[in-house]
Amino acid sequence: MTIARPHLGRERPSGGFELYSWYFFRISGLLLILLAVGHVVIMHVVNTVDEIDWQFVADRWNSPFWRVYDWLLLFLALTHGLNGARLAIDDYVRPHGWRVFAHSVLWTLALLFLVIGSIAIVTFDPSKFEAVAQAGG
Amino acid sequence: MISWAFHRITGLGVLLFLLLHIVDIFLVNYGPEVFNELLFLYRHPVFRIGEIILVGAVYYHAANGVRIMLIDFWPAAYRYERQLFYGVMAVFLLAFIPTAFLMIRPIIQAG
Repeated sequence: MTIARPHLGRERPSGGFELYSWYFFRISGLLLILLAVGHVVIMHVVNTVDEIDWQFVADRWNSPFWRVYDWLLLFLALTHGLNGARLAIDDYVRPHGWRVFAHSVLWTLALLFLVIGSIAIVTFDPSKFEAVAQAGG
Repeated sequence: MISWAFHRITGLGVLLFLLLHIVDIFLVNYGPEVFNELLFLYRHPVFRIGEIILVGAVYYHAANGVRIMLIDFWPAAYRYERQLFYGVMAVFLLAFIPTAFLMIRPIIQAG
């Protein structure tokens, strides 16, 4: 006789996309503990919002390390968060049509925010503005 | 059940802030005048209280996430479910109380 394990959290899916999603939550979650908690501590404990301005970002993104760090944080937080929102939609949005609509909105948002976030991190060039500031005196 | 509800609420809340944060960081590419202009929002006292709640949400979601993974990958852990939940609250409070103190201090000094 087997004793059923009590339902705690989400049961591991048996296969397919949901199993990959289940593993992805856990792997991205582990990485996000370092990346997101690290980010929060740097921005709100080591520094305060009084010290953070455009120059702060420019200095920080001078280093490829912080650009890679921030892009990884962007990618993992966005995919982990939107995948969580997907599960919430599946729990609360029952009618098929609305569910298709909600999933479409979700993945459009994912693509849009991943693109604008990546553009910000990859293409940011502070020298462009320093040149303008110097030319303008 | 309550830990699950908190996990979902904190997760969706942090996601909402993330979307706003991606938009504001996109504005660094428009130069210091535009970006610094926007920062009054982050320095507003009401928004700063929101930032403390946001950090609390991140800490709780992280601590409870570890508990979920422990139960997933260490089958015997479900027997210690209650203790694990107390552990989550202990880790959360140990991290959050000093952080909240350090975040409140400049608001009081400025005000």
